[in-house]
Amino acid sequence: MSASDEIWILGINMTKFGKHPDLDTVDLGAQAIMAALADAGVTMADIGVFAAGNLLGGGGIGQQLQKQVGQTGIPVYNVSNACATGATALRTAIMAVKAGECDMGLACGVEKLAGAGLLGAGGVARSDAKVYNPSGRYGAVAGIDGRIGTNTMPGVFAQVGMEYGHKYGGTSFELFAKISEKNHAHSTLNPLATYTKAMSAEQIMNDVMIAYPNTRPMCSANCDGAAAAVVVSGEKLKTLSLEQQRRAVKVSASVLTSDPWQEACQVLPDVNTLTKNAANQAYEQAGVGPEDLDLVELHDCFATAELVHYDNLGLCEEGGAVDFFQSGAPWRDGRLPVNVSGGLQSKGHPISATGIANIWEVCQHLRNECGDRQIEGAKVGLAHVIGLGSACGIHILEKSAA
Amino acid sequence: MSDVAQQVPLVNYLVLGETPHLVAHECTACGARYFDRRNACASCFKTEFRTVDIPNEGELRAFTIVSQAGPGIKVPFVAGVVDCGGTSVRGNIINTEPDPEHVKLGMAVRLATYSMGTDDNGTEAIGFGYEPA
Repeated sequence: MSASDEIWILGINMTKFGKHPDLDTVDLGAQAIMAALADAGVTMADIGVFAAGNLLGGGGIGQQLQKQVGQTGIPVYNVSNACATGATALRTAIMAVKAGECDMGLACGVEKLAGAGLLGAGGVARSDAKVYNPSGRYGAVAGIDGRIGTNTMPGVFAQVGMEYGHKYGGTSFELFAKISEKNHAHSTLNPLATYTKAMSAEQIMNDVMIAYPNTRPMCSANCDGAAAAVVVSGEKLKTLSLEQQRRAVKVSASVLTSDPWQEACQVLPDVNTLTKNAANQAYEQAGVGPEDLDLVELHDCFATAELVHYDNLGLCEEGGAVDFFQSGAPWRDGRLPVNVSGGLQSKGHPISATGIANIWEVCQHLRNECGDRQIEGAKVGLAHVIGLGSACGIHILEKSAA
Repeated sequence: MSDVAQQVPLVNYLVLGETPHLVAHECTACGARYFDRRNACASCFKTEFRTVDIPNEGELRAFTIVSQAGPGIKVPFVAGVVDCGGTSVRGNIINTEPDPEHVKLGMAVRLATYSMGTDDNGTEAIGFGYEPA
């Protein structure tokens, strides 16, 4: 086998996102894998590499999943990259196929997160010591979270959006609520979304405040879910049926970046530079630009995050994210629909599944199989995720010419 | 036994005394600053650092008003990023109402300290935040 230049998604699936009290992590992942294999028209016997991601289930998810769907002795990579875990699993399978180690790979991301509460806040009450003893990397004598800023995800990403507002102007509580209003409206057409209820900006602003300016509906929805994908080399695809070739979706770019050093990155994670770097690399790999995109699924873990990524992904000119949103462009009937799935705020965010689920969404549109929420004539789409810490995954996908 | 209660800072980069202030480890090669220890500079990979004082005055560059936090953390509070003469510092905005009418992006702030209480040995912990200047 030789190195492959072309990589295609042969089959892909996401489970319903939401509460699955009767299914455990392994059940959910296996459900997505079985459906992705069926979608691809292949079996585990065809798969040469398997990469799997799960953050909260206790480790070794890949081998546990093999025992549900088929143990063939192939290499398994258990990957972990915060909210970019799914994209990292997919990219791992893609790298193996690209390197020529095998011609077909499988990736899966799964998470049980319904009812998980506030992420980043820690699980147990802080017991302030009776004796102040310095400990840890800052020699702290008491808990830092809440005394020196916040570690909660809604609070961290609130500051990311506020910082953009400080730099370029034009942001407001209402603007961020309107971004959320868009995604909740989009989700009404997605039967796999956790929430499918439209909410007005006013309702969103009057909901429970979590970390200003993010109220509860402006935060990603904790839910259960899984997604899986089968990738294949271009050479192998040519030997498969015409129907498989017609439905396959080309991976024009697959990029993973981490956060390069920036002055302020030790106090507020920089989610911008690594996204800009990933986007630039992805556009160059794919030979397309933002103007060629028909839809984008980006990592709207909070309403405040969606705004900055319009800019980071080059969907608008630098500093122009507020104008881009206010032009109506990212609505599903706008110039460049963003998060027509409902996004993380309404579709939900089962952490490790997200980075494959957003690719599933794009594939469904490119294959013209997206039912009521189909973006007509979609040919090129982009999927983006951020894992805080940080990792950024971007995939650009193109409709098959076959 | 001394009558003067001992004080300890909340973190080791807060220096107490007549004029409490923050300090950082600065890379002697490129000037990148860190509040914790690094094996090498994350920016230029050189390995020599010197201790530098951080200015007490700054500008509020980003903030959030946290209404939901972990167990034992008092809410609401304002968490922010303050630009202190080119060094970004993480801290709470204190000594003002925690609402968007009182806390504004770009506002001038200055370091302020407060007592966090006294432990069983009579040692008082001193925290810091930034207050409107």
